[in-house]
Amino acid sequence: MIRLEARPAPSRLMALLSPLIALAVTVVVAAILFASLGKDPVRGLYVFLLKPFSEVRLLSELGLKATPLILCSLGLALCYRSNVWNIGAEGQFLFGAIGGGGLAMWVTMHGVAVTRWGFFPFAIVAGAAAGAAWAAVVALLRDRFHANEILVSLMLVYVADLFLTWLMFGPWKDPKGWNFPQTVSFASETTIPRVFRGLRLDYGFAVALLAALLMWAFLFRTFRGFQLQVGGPAPAAARYAGFSARGAVWTSLLASGALAGVGGAFEAVGPMGQLTPHVSTGYGFTAIIVAFVGRLHPLGCVLASLLLSTFLLGGEQAQSTIQMPAALTGVFQGVLLLALLGCDTFILFRPRRGAVALRAGEAT
Amino acid sequence: MSVPRLELRHVSKRFGAVLANDDVGLTVEPGQIHAVLGENGAGKSTLMKIIYGAVHPDAGEFLWDGRPVQVDSPHQARALGIAMVFQHFSLFETLTVAENIWLGLSGEIPLERVAADIERKAREYGMELDPARTVHTLSVGERQRVEIVRALLGDPRLLILDEPTSVLTPQAVEKLFVTLRQLAGTGCSILYISHKLDEIRTLCHQCTVLRNGRIAGTCDPTAETTASLSRLMIGADPPRLVRREHRPGALALEVCELSIPRNDRFGVTLERVSLELHQGEIVGIAGVSGNGQQELMGAVSGEDPRAPATAVRLLGVPIGRLGAGARRKMGLHFVPEERLGCGAVPGLSLADNLLLTRRESVRRSGWIDVGKLAGQARGIIGRFRVTAPGSRAPARSLSGGNLQKFIVGREIDAVPKVLVLGQPTWGVDVGATAQIRSELLALRDAGCAVLVVSEDLDELFEVTDRLYVMARGRLSPSVPTAAATVEQIGEWMSGLWAQPPAAPPAPGARP
Amino acid sequence: MNELALFIGTAFASGTVLAVAGLGLLINERAGVINLGAEGLMLMAAVTGFAVAADTGSAWLAFGAGAAAAALVAAAFGWLVIWLNANQYATGLAVTLFGGGFSAFVGVSYVGRKLELPLNHAVPLLSDIPFLGTALFRQHPVVYLAVGLCLFLSWFFWRTRAGLILRAIGESPESAHALGFRVRLIRLAAVVVGGALCGVAGTFLSVVYTPLWVERMTAGRGWIALALTVFATWRPGRLLLGAYLFGGVNVLQLTLQAQGVQIPAPFMSMSPYLATIAMLCIISSNQAWIRLNMPASLGKPFFPSQ
Repeated sequence: MIRLEARPAPSRLMALLSPLIALAVTVVVAAILFASLGKDPVRGLYVFLLKPFSEVRLLSELGLKATPLILCSLGLALCYRSNVWNIGAEGQFLFGAIGGGGLAMWVTMHGVAVTRWGFFPFAIVAGAAAGAAWAAVVALLRDRFHANEILVSLMLVYVADLFLTWLMFGPWKDPKGWNFPQTVSFASETTIPRVFRGLRLDYGFAVALLAALLMWAFLFRTFRGFQLQVGGPAPAAARYAGFSARGAVWTSLLASGALAGVGGAFEAVGPMGQLTPHVSTGYGFTAIIVAFVGRLHPLGCVLASLLLSTFLLGGEQAQSTIQMPAALTGVFQGVLLLALLGCDTFILFRPRRGAVALRAGEAT
Repeated sequence: MSVPRLELRHVSKRFGAVLANDDVGLTVEPGQIHAVLGENGAGKSTLMKIIYGAVHPDAGEFLWDGRPVQVDSPHQARALGIAMVFQHFSLFETLTVAENIWLGLSGEIPLERVAADIERKAREYGMELDPARTVHTLSVGERQRVEIVRALLGDPRLLILDEPTSVLTPQAVEKLFVTLRQLAGTGCSILYISHKLDEIRTLCHQCTVLRNGRIAGTCDPTAETTASLSRLMIGADPPRLVRREHRPGALALEVCELSIPRNDRFGVTLERVSLELHQGEIVGIAGVSGNGQQELMGAVSGEDPRAPATAVRLLGVPIGRLGAGARRKMGLHFVPEERLGCGAVPGLSLADNLLLTRRESVRRSGWIDVGKLAGQARGIIGRFRVTAPGSRAPARSLSGGNLQKFIVGREIDAVPKVLVLGQPTWGVDVGATAQIRSELLALRDAGCAVLVVSEDLDELFEVTDRLYVMARGRLSPSVPTAAATVEQIGEWMSGLWAQPPAAPPAPGARP
Repeated sequence: MNELALFIGTAFASGTVLAVAGLGLLINERAGVINLGAEGLMLMAAVTGFAVAADTGSAWLAFGAGAAAAALVAAAFGWLVIWLNANQYATGLAVTLFGGGFSAFVGVSYVGRKLELPLNHAVPLLSDIPFLGTALFRQHPVVYLAVGLCLFLSWFFWRTRAGLILRAIGESPESAHALGFRVRLIRLAAVVVGGALCGVAGTFLSVVYTPLWVERMTAGRGWIALALTVFATWRPGRLLLGAYLFGGVNVLQLTLQAQGVQIPAPFMSMSPYLATIAMLCIISSNQAWIRLNMPASLGKPFFPSQ
C-alpha cells in the first residue's frame, strides 16, 4: 500500500520537474490518441510539437499567439497568488478587443491622421481601460455583496461574448461588408508596427515581455506585491499585518483586467485588423492553464505561453496537414493541466510504503 | 497480581524525520488513574492515538486484559471498550449534542433513545447537559462535557483524556476530578495526559514519564515532589527566572469603558472593559479562551477598529479607530495566538515574514531592499538564538518553539512602547518557554509596557506584576500577582468579583 | 391558455437540467468538495449520450453511458482532489477545460445528426387533465426523477444516519476521521454520485431537451447549477425551486425573442447570466446566513493525520 507522507520542506526539484513530467504524460496521451484514430503517432507528434519550430514564418506565428497568452496569464498569476479566483479573463480580453478595436474603427471611419507608432500607445490604453472596467464589475460585486468572483467573472464572459455579438450584428457592422458580422477593416495606420519585414510578428510581443518583467518586479520586489501575496495563503496574517483584503481584490482584478484587455486590443488591432465575433480562440481560458503550468511566476508564464502556443499552432498544422480536428488542442491542454495538478502533489508529499499494522504477539 | 487492563510493549512510530515514539512501554491496571507526563512534543498524543486506533504504529505489541489484540481503527478500539476525550474536541458545530454523540456510537441505537441515555448518564455523574442544544451555542466547558458523556455512554473500560484541564476554571477542574474518581471506582481505567504537575500529584495513582519520545521513568506521583517530577520530565532542574523589583512608570496603554457588540454568532460582546498598563510593568489577563480575549486583543491591536477613538489610548493619544498598521507605527506591537497562519505565513521565508510588521527594509517608493531584509532577519535569528537553516527557510520548517522565538523576537527587536502577547508559550518546549519569558522580563526592565493574555495560570503567576481576569466579556479589577491566589483567580474566572468603585484606582492599588 | 401550459411545461423541462446537475453538486458540496468541473462533466455526458443514442437508438443506454462517462471523470477528479490533495478549484477548472475540449473532439462527427427517439411522453390519465395535464404530465421521466431526487435527498440528509454522517464530514472531516469514519471513501462516493447526476443532466440536454449535438451546448448551465447551490443554501427543496425559476427565465427570454420583442436578441440571451449574477449578489450579501449554512470544510484540503 502506498501512502503519502508530508515532506519537511517543499521539494524544489519537484517544483521544476512537475511541468516537465506533466508534459511527458501529455505527449504519451497524444501518441495514444493519434494511434487510436489511425494516424501515425510519430508524425502526429512531429506536426504538433516540432513543426511550429521548423520555419521562421511559423516561429513568428508562435510569438503572435504567445502575446495574448502572456498578457492574460500574467494577470491571472497575480490574481491566483492573491487568492482571487478570476476566471473571466476571456471576457476582459473581449472587452479589451472592443476597446482597442473600437478606437481603431473610429479612427478609420473618421479618417483621423495617425501613424502606427503614434496610435500604438492609444490602443494599449483603450484596451487596458476597457478590460479593467469589465473586471471592475467583478471587484465591485465581490466588495459590496461578497459575491463569489469565480461565478460572477464567468457569467460575465458569456455576457461579454453576447455583447460583442450584438455589436457585430448591430451598430458596428460594416455597412459594405455583405451583411457579415464584422467591422470595417481598420486603416493600416492603426496596425501594430511589425518587427520584421514580411513576418506577422509585431511589437505586441515586446510589450508582453516587458509586462512580464514589470510583473516580476512588482511581485517580488515591491511591498504592494508582497501585501497581495500574503492575503491569499494566510488571510489572518494579512489582517494581523494591517493589509487590506479589499485592496488586494481591487488591485489584482483591475491589473489582470487591464492586462487581458491589452491582449484583446492587440489581437484586434494587430493580426486581425478588424473586429469579428471570433477575435478570441479561447485565449482567456488557455491562459488559466498557462498560469498554472508557469507556476504563477512571470518567467514561467512566458515559457508556458510559448508551450501552449505551440499546442495551438500545432493544432492548426495538424488540421491542415493530417486532417485532425481542431478540437484536439483543447484535449491536450486539459490533459496537461490535469497531469500537472497530479504531479504537483509530489512537491509537498512523497510516496511511502504503508506501515506494518500492529500484529498480535510480534516482538521487534 | 491482577492482569493489567492495557499493556504496550516496544511501541515505535515515526513521522517523516521525527521519531515520535521510540520503544515505548506502558502498563495500566484496572481502576487505576494513570498519568502520562511529558512536555510539548514528547510524544504523548501520538501514543494515545495509537491506543485509540487512529494511528498505526511501526512496531510493537498491544495486550488487552492480557491477550494480544490488533487495534486498526477507532471502531475496533471502541468495541474493546477504549474511549477517548480529545484535547481539540472532535465535535460538529452545527449539529445537536445528541447527534454529535450518536455519531460517536455504533449507530444500532436510534437517535431518540440516545437522547434519553445522554440525560441519564449526565445526571449519574452530576453533569448538566441538554441533548437538544446545538454545539456552537455551548461554552468550552460544556463542550468537554459532551465529549466525556460520549465516552461514558460506550461503557468504557479504558478512558483516555488528553490535556482536559487547559480549558477549565480551577473550580471546574475539581468537579472533573470528582467525576473521574467515581468512574475509576467502577473499575474503569483512566489514562490522564497532562503536563500539569500539581494536577497529576492530586489525582493520579501512577505516572509514566515521556521525554523526546522515550520512557524517562515511572513513579507514584503522590510520593514525588513537583521538582522531582519536573526533573524526570525535562531531564534537568527547571530553569529559574531572575526577577527584579518592578517600578511602574507613566501610563502607556489605557482602555476605558470599552463596549463592543460581537461580530457574529460565535463571538463575545465586550462590556465596559477598562484596564491600565504602565511602562516598566508586565500585566496579565487570565481566563479560559472564549470569554472575550480575542475580541479585546482585536480592539487593542487594531484588527477591529470599531472602538470609539477615546476608548483606547496609547501614551495618551486616542487610537480606537486606527488600524493595525497605524498603531504599529506609534509603537504598539502584537504577538498573536496563532503562529502559523497569523503571526507568520507558513510558506514564506523568515525574511519575508519580517515584512508583516517591520518596514525598515522597504524604501519610500515601495521597493524592497532584499539584502537589507535578509540582514535584519539574520540579526533576529542570532540575537534570539533561533534554530533555523537561515533567513530564507520557510516559516513552516521551524519547530513551534523556534518559530515563536522568531515572532516574539521580531516584535521585541522593533523596540516597542507597548507589547501585547496572546498565549505566548502555548505548545512551546520548556527551553524556548524559559527564554521567551526572560526576554519579556528584560523588556519590562528596559521600560516597555507588556500585556500578556494567557490561559496558563502558572505562566501568569511567574512573569506578571499585576493580574486581571476576563470572564464573559467583562474584565475584573486588577490585583497584584504577589497578593493573588489560584482560588481567587478561579472564582473571578466565573465572573464573581466585586465591582470596583466609580473612581479609577491608583496604579497597583488593590480595589 | 394552452400556450401558457406549454410554456410551464417547457420551463419545467429546462429547469430539470439545472435541477439534476444542481442536486448532484449539492451532494458533492455537502461532503465538503467543490466541483468546478460541472460544466465539463455535463458536456462529456452530453456528447457521450448523444453518440450512444444516435448509434443505438436507445434512450436508456444513452443515459447510462452519459452518466457513466461523467462518473468516470468525476472519479478521476475525486482521486486527484481527495487523495492527492490537489487544489479543488484549479482541478475543477481543469476538468471543465478538458471536458470542453474532449467533447468537442469526440462530437465532431455527430454535428448535424438527428436522433430517432420518441418525443412524446405522457402520463396516462393525468396528462388529459385540462391545462395541468399539458403543463405537468407530458414530461420525460427524468423530469419526475428530479422531483423524486429532491424529496429523497431531503429525507436522506435530515432523517438518516448516513446523511448525518455526510453532513458531518462536510462540516469537519478531521472530527469525522477521529471518530473513525472513512472520510475519503465517503467523499469519493459523493463526488462520483454527484458526477453521475451531472451526467444525467447533460444527457437529458442533448438527447431529450434539444436533441442535437453542438460544441459547448451547455452554454454555462454547469456554472449556473453551481450558483444555484449557493442560492439554495445547500437545501434540496430551495435548489429545485431555483432551478425551475431559472428554467422559466430561460424559456421566457427565448419565447419573447421568437415573438419578435424589440429588444435585440443578444441582450435577451444575456438574461439567464445576468439573473444568476443578481441572484448571487442578493444571497451572498447576507454573509452571516451563508456562514451558518455552508458546509464548513468546503473547498479545503483534508489531511488524515496518519
